[in-house]
Formats: sequence, structure tokens, C-alpha cells
Amino acid sequence: MTLLRRVLPHPFLFLALLVMWLLMTQSLSPGQIVLGALVAFGGCWAMVALDPEPARIRRPLAIARLAGRVFVDVFRSNVAVGRIILGSDEQRAHAGFMSLKLDLTDRYGLAVLAIVLTCTPGTQWVHYDPTRGILTLHVLDLVDEKHWVRTIKQRYETLLMEIFE
Amino acid sequence: MSAAPDLPLWAALLVSFFIVGGALVTLIGSIGLWRLPDFYARLHAPSLGATLGTGAILIGSMICFSVLQSRPLVHEVLIAIFVTITTPVTLMLLSRASLYRDRVEGRTDVPAEDPEPTEP
Amino acid sequence: MSAMILGWSITAAQVLLGFAMACAALRFIRGPRAQDRIIGLDTFYVNAMLMLITIGIRSGGTLYFEAALIIGLLGFVGTVALAKFLMRGEVIE
Repeated sequence: MTLLRRVLPHPFLFLALLVMWLLMTQSLSPGQIVLGALVAFGGCWAMVALDPEPARIRRPLAIARLAGRVFVDVFRSNVAVGRIILGSDEQRAHAGFMSLKLDLTDRYGLAVLAIVLTCTPGTQWVHYDPTRGILTLHVLDLVDEKHWVRTIKQRYETLLMEIFE
Repeated sequence: MSAAPDLPLWAALLVSFFIVGGALVTLIGSIGLWRLPDFYARLHAPSLGATLGTGAILIGSMICFSVLQSRPLVHEVLIAIFVTITTPVTLMLLSRASLYRDRVEGRTDVPAEDPEPTEP
Repeated sequence: MSAMILGWSITAAQVLLGFAMACAALRFIRGPRAQDRIIGLDTFYVNAMLMLITIGIRSGGTLYFEAALIIGLLGFVGTVALAKFLMRGEVIE
């Protein structure tokens, strides 16, 4: 393990870069694999210079559950926002800002939460205050704030805390 | 009508369904950009096209090329990953820049302070 | 038969995407504020990328895929630079 770490400091990044290279060139010939491995190797060592905080990712099952939930929610909120856009003027007048207190503090977990919340139409991550752990959101359909707080906390935050903390 | 690739009927129907559906979702998102009342509400509109719209059209493209070359061809996944990661970054940056400017200009339609956290 | 179905649905998708690009362009032209124009431009980029993918399906080649990837990249970098400019009035600090 230590030997692997010394030669290849970020094995997952190496794999991801190699797969990206092979997808781009659309071939599995040995030459492209060698070339891709070289590029990925260089990329890993460039990452060492940046010195990112190590991420601890656990529970692959929880990751799969989170991915499934996000997939369903993206679909659902697309339909909901589409209805608001094509609906009456009155429906479009409920947008507003809101805040909630997050218990999640891990940087990578927060990054994933930001991507999830912004990718589902209808919620937009605006600002996160790390000293108080308070997240400000803009919500398109702000009728019941408590409903949004419950959704974010129960659907995403508990799973993200399981994965990253 | 210029030529389209000759696929088996089931694949042609599937590809048609995905690309027309994706284009429709993207159009609804762009109409939202036009119809929604203020800037912060408009921020929600592009993510329709960037998630479901892009996803559906890319799945259509994947099916089309995989059937055409009779091997799984999934390089479109790259665009999907790329768009999923970049769209939130641009939207977050834009919303923060806009909020900052609105507060500096002292506009009344945005809260001057972040709202108090809602208890669950 | 199936080529005709696919051809017509690609045309339909391209017309829909053309309208979507027109909506984004209108928002870009009308404003009213700088951030509205930037979000119009960003949506225009994404729609143009999708349009290129549908053109690529019609041509049956993978060349358009690379063009779409580059348009997506340029759109991202351009929008981030513009948003940064809005925030501070400078692109590079």
C-alpha cells in the first residue's frame, strides 16, 4: 500500500484520468492505453503539488442511494419547475431567499451538496457561512420553508454525513 | 430533407423520443428565462436544459452511435459529467456576484442580511 | 422508413432548440441588467452545444461531439470570467 502510494499518490484520480483519455480517443488500443496512463501519471503528480486535503469516502452503498435519489429528484423538480414556468403569473411570484443550519461540515460533502442543490432546478445555493454553518438558498417555489429544510436535511444531508464523516 | 443514419426501427423510435423530449425540456427552460419575473428566479431556468435536456439528448446520441457502430460508444458521458460539474459553478458565481452588486447598490428587493435560519 | 422518422424528429428537435436559442438571445439583448445578459449567454452556449449534438446525430460522425465539448468548455470559462468581472471589476486578481 505504501509503495503504491509512493509511486502513484492518487490512484482514483489516475483511474479517472485514464478512463477520460480512453473515452476521448474512443479506442482501447494498447498505444492509447500507454499514452493515457502517461498523461494520468503526470496529472497525479501535478495534483501532489496542489496538496488537496485528503478525502475519506466510505459506504459505497450510500453513494449509490444518493445517486438514485438525486436522479429521481432531478426528474421530479424538472417537471415541477416546468409547470411553474408554463403556469399562471401567480405561480411565478413565490420565489424568495431562505436559510437553514447545516450539520454537515466536511468540505467535499458541502461541495457535493452544492452541486446537487444547484443541479435540481428550483433550488439555488447562494451562500454558505462556515463559521456558523448556515446555508442561504434561493427557492423558486417558496410556499413552505419547513418543507424545504426537511427535504434537504433528510434526503441529502444524512446520507452525505454517512459518506464523508 | 438531408439524410439521417439508417437505424433499425426500434432504435430510431427510441432516439427520436429522447432527442425530441430533451429539446422540449430545454425549450421550456429557455422560455422560463424569458418569462420569469426577476434575476434570481431566472437563475433556476437554465438548469432545466443543463440537466434533463442535456441528459436526454446525450442518451439519444449514445443509443444512435452504439447501434450504428454495433459496439457500446459512451463518450457522450464526458459531456454529461462536464456539464453537471460546471453548471452549478457558473450559477453559484453569478448568484453571488449579483447579490453582492445588489447589496452594494442598496436595492430593496434583496435582503440586506442573510435571512435567519429556519428550524426544521 | 426508420431513416425518415429519425430525420423528421431530428428536424423537430433542431427547430425546438432554435426557439430555445432565440429565447436565450432575447434575454441577452433585452437585459435589463448585466447579470441577466450573462445568464442569457450561458444558456445560449448550452443550447448551441445541444444543437451541435443533434447535427452530429444526423451526420452520423463523431466529429461534432468534439466541437460540442469545446463549445461547452468555452461557455463555462467565458461565463466564469464574466461573473468574476461582475463581482470585482477585474478578471484576474
